[in-house]
Amino acid sequence: MLRGVNFRDDKDFSGCSIFGMMNVRGEKFNGEPVITAIANMKERSNGLGGGYAVYGIYPQYSELYCFHMMYDDQKAREETEEFLKGVFEMEGAEVIPTRSCEGVDDPPLLWRYFLQPRESVACEEEDIDDFVVRAVMHINVGIEGAFVFSSGKNMGVFKGVGFPEDIGRFYRLEEYEGYIWVAHGRFPTNTQGWWGGAHPFNILDWSVVHNGEISSYGINRRYLEMFGYICTLHTDTEVIAYAVDLLVRRHGLSIEDMARVLAAPLWTEIDRMPARERELHTALRQTYGSLLLNGPFSVIISNRSQMIGLTDRIRLRPLVAGRNGDFMYISSEEAPMHLVDDTLRDTWIPQGGVPIVAEMEETVEVPEAEEAKVLPLRHGDTA
Amino acid sequence: MRIEVDHHAGLPGVFMRVGDKVKINARQLHYRELNNMIKNAALEGTEEIVVDNVYGQRYIGSGIRRPVRIILHGIPGNDLGAFMDGPHIVVDRNAQDGVGNTMNNGTIVVHGRAGDIVAMGMRGGKIFIRDSVGYRAAIHMKEYRKFRPVLVIGGETQDFLGEYMAGGLVIVLGLGGRGKRRFTARHIGTGMHGGLIFMRGEVEEHQLGKEAAVAPADEEDKEIIRPFVEEYAAYFDKDAERILEGDFLKLYAKSHRPFGGLYAY
Repeated sequence: MLRGVNFRDDKDFSGCSIFGMMNVRGEKFNGEPVITAIANMKERSNGLGGGYAVYGIYPQYSELYCFHMMYDDQKAREETEEFLKGVFEMEGAEVIPTRSCEGVDDPPLLWRYFLQPRESVACEEEDIDDFVVRAVMHINVGIEGAFVFSSGKNMGVFKGVGFPEDIGRFYRLEEYEGYIWVAHGRFPTNTQGWWGGAHPFNILDWSVVHNGEISSYGINRRYLEMFGYICTLHTDTEVIAYAVDLLVRRHGLSIEDMARVLAAPLWTEIDRMPARERELHTALRQTYGSLLLNGPFSVIISNRSQMIGLTDRIRLRPLVAGRNGDFMYISSEEAPMHLVDDTLRDTWIPQGGVPIVAEMEETVEVPEAEEAKVLPLRHGDTA
Repeated sequence: MRIEVDHHAGLPGVFMRVGDKVKINARQLHYRELNNMIKNAALEGTEEIVVDNVYGQRYIGSGIRRPVRIILHGIPGNDLGAFMDGPHIVVDRNAQDGVGNTMNNGTIVVHGRAGDIVAMGMRGGKIFIRDSVGYRAAIHMKEYRKFRPVLVIGGETQDFLGEYMAGGLVIVLGLGGRGKRRFTARHIGTGMHGGLIFMRGEVEEHQLGKEAAVAPADEEDKEIIRPFVEEYAAYFDKDAERILEGDFLKLYAKSHRPFGGLYAY
C-alpha cells in the first residue's frame, strides 16, 4: 500500500523511460499511442512505477481544481474529505475508475474530487493557486495515509506501481482524450517503488516526469521549504515540480530562464558570454543557486499549454524530440516516436541544458461539456 | 481523435529463408527473440539477413562472430552491434544510443543520425554515420596493435567527442552546412590519452578539453584518413576528393598518461 513495497528485482541496471506527445492545436486524442510508445521502452523500467499526466480530460469541470487522491484506508479518506469540505465547495467526488489488471497489485483507494475554493476562504487569499498549494501540503503532511497526486484544472495524473502499460490499462486510459499526454516508466534506483513515488509528480497544472537522479535533492528540498513546499513523496523528482511552480508561476520567470536555473551553464561558459548575458546568468545563479539540479537528468515538464523537454547541462541522460504536423514528441529513445507515427521524419537531439519547448500555436477555447465530444471524423473512421 | 497504432504490419516474427538470405519481420518481437533468430541464421552460414519493422530492439548483432550482412529497416535500439566481431550492419534510418559499444570487428553503416556514446569503448572495426551524432562519441575508444577502430561521422557531433579516448581514429567531416563548418561541440577530447581525431572545419581552443592538442592536418595526415573518407563517400554517394580538399584539424593527446600524477605517488 502507500507505506511502500519491497524491491522484487535484483540489480538490473537501466534507466527510466519518459515520453510526451502533444497536439499543438489542442486537438484531443486517446491514450493508445502513448501507452504503445512507453511500452516500447519496457527495458528502461522494471515494474516498480508507471504513470501518465493528461491535459484536457475534464472539460465539463474545466474551472474546478481536480484532486486525485490515494488513501491507505477509509479513515484517511474521511479525514481528508472533512478537511476538503471545510475549505472547498465539492462539486463532485467519485472513485477513479479502474479495472483489475495483471501486474498491478494492492492499489490504494483512489478517489477524485472537483473543487472550488470557498468564497469566504478565497477572499482572504491573495492568490487562489497559492491557497490550493497549501491545501495539498496540508493533506500530504498532516493526514496519515492520504496523498494528493494531482491538483490541476482540466488535467489529471494517473500513476502507480507496475509497468506503465499495465498502469495505463488499470486506469482505463484508452477511455480518456487529451491534447498533451506525458508518460513515465520507472526504474527506481535510490528510493523504493511505491504508489506515491511513481511519476509524474504534479502540483497545480505542472507535471514532471524524470529519468536520472537529483543529487542536490537535499539542498533543493530545504530551499523549497522556505516557500511552503514540503516534500513528502520520498522521490527526488518531487522537487522539480515544486521548483517550476515557484520559478515560473510565482516568480514569473520565462521557461528559458527556468532552464538557466535548473540546468545552469558551467561558470567557464558563463565567463565567455557577452556582458548582458553573463550578468543575467550570474544573477540567476546567485539568486537561485539552491535550485540548481545537480546530477544526471532528462525531464519532461508540462502545463496546460506547454510541453518542455530538458536535460542536465552535460546531457548525462538521453532525450530526443520530433515534430510531425501538429504533433510534437519528446522521448527517451527515438524508436517509439516512429512506432506510433511512421510518417515522422523531423527528429533532433537537443543540446544539454537547452530546453525544447512545445507550445500551443493558437489560443485554445476550452470547449463546453457537450461540444468536447464532437470531433471531426478522420478518413477511415465510421460515424 | 482516435489514433490507432498498427500492431499488425504483417505477421510478427515471420522468418523466411530465400536461398542464402533470411528475411525477418521484427514487428512486436522482443529483442531476445529477434536476436536469437539473427544469431541462429548467422550460425547456419546465412550470407544476408534482412530485418523489417525494427523499432527499438536492443543489442542487434551483439556477439556475432561471422561476416554476415545484416540489413535493418527501421530504428534499431540501444547498443547496436555491441561486442560484435565481424558482421556488416546497414541501418536505413536513424540509430539510437550506444552504436558499436565495445565492438571488436565488422562494419556498421547508418543512413541517418546516431544518438549518444557512438563507438563507446570500441576496439576494432569501422562505423560510418551519414549525418551527425550525439554526446560522447568515441568515449574511451582504444586500440591494440593491428586492432584500430575507425569512426567516421558525416555531420557534426555534440559535446565530449573522444572523451578519455585511448586509441583509434575518429573523422568528423562537417558536411551539410554552408561554407566552412564551425563546430559547436564543447569539451572535445577531455581526458584524451591516445588515438587521433580529425575534424573538417574550425574548432576554437576553448572547445577542447585540456588534455587534447590541436594542429592543422598535413598531406601525410590526409593519407591516413583517405581510405576511410573514400569508404564513407562510397556508402553515401558523396565526392571523396571534394571532401578531402577541405581543411582538417588533427587532435591528439598531449600525454599518454594525463592522470599519472593524480593517482600514482
